[in-house]
Amino acid sequence: MSDARRRLRAAPGLAPALKGGGLVALIAIAIAFPQVYSNPAVSSYGVLALIYVTAATAWNIFSGNTGYISLGQAVFYGSGAYTMGIAARDWNITGDSVFALLPLCGLVGAAIAIPFGLIALRVKRHTFIVITIAFFFIFQLMAFNFSFTGGSTGLQSPFLNWPSATYNTPFYYIALAFAAGAIAIAWLVRRSRFGLQLRAIRDDEDRARGLGVKAMRVKLSAFLISGTITAMIGAVWFYYINQVEPQTGFDPIFDLTLVLMAFLGGYGSISGPVLGALIIEPLTLWLNTQPQFSGYLSEILLGAIFLIVVLFLPRGIITTGGELITRIRTRGRPAVIPATSVGSSALASGATAASGPSSVSSGGGR
Amino acid sequence: MAQEILQEIIVGVLVGGVYALMAVGLTLIFGVLDIINIAQGVLVILGAYLSYSLSTRAHIDLFVGLLITIPVMFIIGIVIHWAFIRRLRGTERTAMTLLVTYAVALIIEGILYKIYGATDVGLTASYTGTSIHIFGFYLPWIYVYGFILAVALVALIYAMLYRTRFGRSVRATMQDETAARLVGIDVNRVAAVTFGIGVAVTAAGGMVFGATNQFDPNSGYDLISRLLAIIILGGLGSIGGALAASVFMLVVESLVTIWSPTWAVAVFYAALVIVLVVRPNGFFGRKEVRAQ
Repeated sequence: MSDARRRLRAAPGLAPALKGGGLVALIAIAIAFPQVYSNPAVSSYGVLALIYVTAATAWNIFSGNTGYISLGQAVFYGSGAYTMGIAARDWNITGDSVFALLPLCGLVGAAIAIPFGLIALRVKRHTFIVITIAFFFIFQLMAFNFSFTGGSTGLQSPFLNWPSATYNTPFYYIALAFAAGAIAIAWLVRRSRFGLQLRAIRDDEDRARGLGVKAMRVKLSAFLISGTITAMIGAVWFYYINQVEPQTGFDPIFDLTLVLMAFLGGYGSISGPVLGALIIEPLTLWLNTQPQFSGYLSEILLGAIFLIVVLFLPRGIITTGGELITRIRTRGRPAVIPATSVGSSALASGATAASGPSSVSSGGGR
Repeated sequence: MAQEILQEIIVGVLVGGVYALMAVGLTLIFGVLDIINIAQGVLVILGAYLSYSLSTRAHIDLFVGLLITIPVMFIIGIVIHWAFIRRLRGTERTAMTLLVTYAVALIIEGILYKIYGATDVGLTASYTGTSIHIFGFYLPWIYVYGFILAVALVALIYAMLYRTRFGRSVRATMQDETAARLVGIDVNRVAAVTFGIGVAVTAAGGMVFGATNQFDPNSGYDLISRLLAIIILGGLGSIGGALAASVFMLVVESLVTIWSPTWAVAVFYAALVIVLVVRPNGFFGRKEVRAQ
């Protein structure tokens, strides 16, 4: 046992301080990134990764907390992108002022989330997944077939006369702001009574309802928050890549990538989806640039990563890694189950026999 | 006009029969294993490509080729279950199996692209281009043959479920897995064989699909979303419901085609949403008794 660790246990105030310091360091690195790596090819990785951090965090606010897996986030992503494109085109908005449209895109996302949620959240979990897929296809078809969406050619974003050398930098900071905002919201939700209600629904919806949780209202609120954030970041994405088509705005791979990111990092935790997005998105971007992985090998690889994660790391890097560290720390002493691994289950904290989703291995066959 | 409507209804029923076959496989898998097999769509396409290879390389008739492709797909199903599905346990199992079957779909799709490329192909035979003229309707022979094949196979599955000892253990497992285990049913074997059967029907479904549509490795997504819509509409795990819902959906889609072919598919999903607003468990849905 090292000196540092002994000292750390002796001074309980030190651990949060270290954590806080780490957080500050992370933020500093995030802010400095485009200054250090000014190469547009590198900074574009940063922009897209942060867009996915935001989208995956937004997914997690709803799906990670409630256990209702949404495969329809692209509905919001694409709608945000299309709102931005249509508004900018029809109202002749160009240049930097386009970004003033972002709140409108969020509003459209919210306006879609309410009827979407009211219909989809009536049904049980299995069915919910399929309804979200159905909604996704309806939206993609609408984008293809209406005239105001530009049909199969989609929409072009208005021209930005920013110098190409530093073109990515403002986008990077916008995406960073969104990512930070989304994470902050996820953190606030998690700490609040609202978040506790969401996780009670995840653990046992009927019991939560019996304890007085207004399940529909709570689920719908989380869905609304998630949809609003996703629509706004979808608009940023559209402006960044300059165009949107029905099959890129409403992309089934997008939905599944978010789920993969969350599961890789750690489903339900705040840092999990962030970590997952930071690993997966640069990896896929890089794979697409490698000639030896061109064609469909990258698809096979993505599938293989998926399988490995689900079969060998089903609870994500954060949870499994955290347990590994605890196991090393408690070696030689009577095993104490760390409070954090049980505490994520809202109902289990009430000393009930409920096995929360955090204890996957004890769940039995079904 | 009346003639046209009738014609579309008949086509809808015939195509619906083929979808019913594919959907029965999916809903059977759900009923027994409690999972949604996202790979079902791409497996149908895999079945279609197997038939394509047999007919273009070995010049085996499409229907005769099924004698080879159905067992092959059955084995593929068993392997997928053995390698991935049976390992998953726990409360997040639904989400996990969804991801696993999706990953399997991605890998199969990638392999199909590697082998066959991204160009559209279709299955051709003497009966794919010709029609039968009966009572003033023009019906392509392949639709008629495909429908007969689908009806025969669905009847076979029904006979298996209700007339054999194995079928009884399948139904027992669908009703209550724990109780089935208690009375001595080898639930794991039932699950494996059911998964195999559920996948095996995609060989036949894929052959007919490939003979009536152009397809490429990417066609599986459209197919799986339709199949999911069908089994939800019919009520998850209900075989009769899947049959009724396939015919209903395909007739509706076929009728909308008269008015606007581009919106026909949207109507498909809109019908699903509307039905679920009224009946959240589908037409024939069992009451949800399972712990969620």
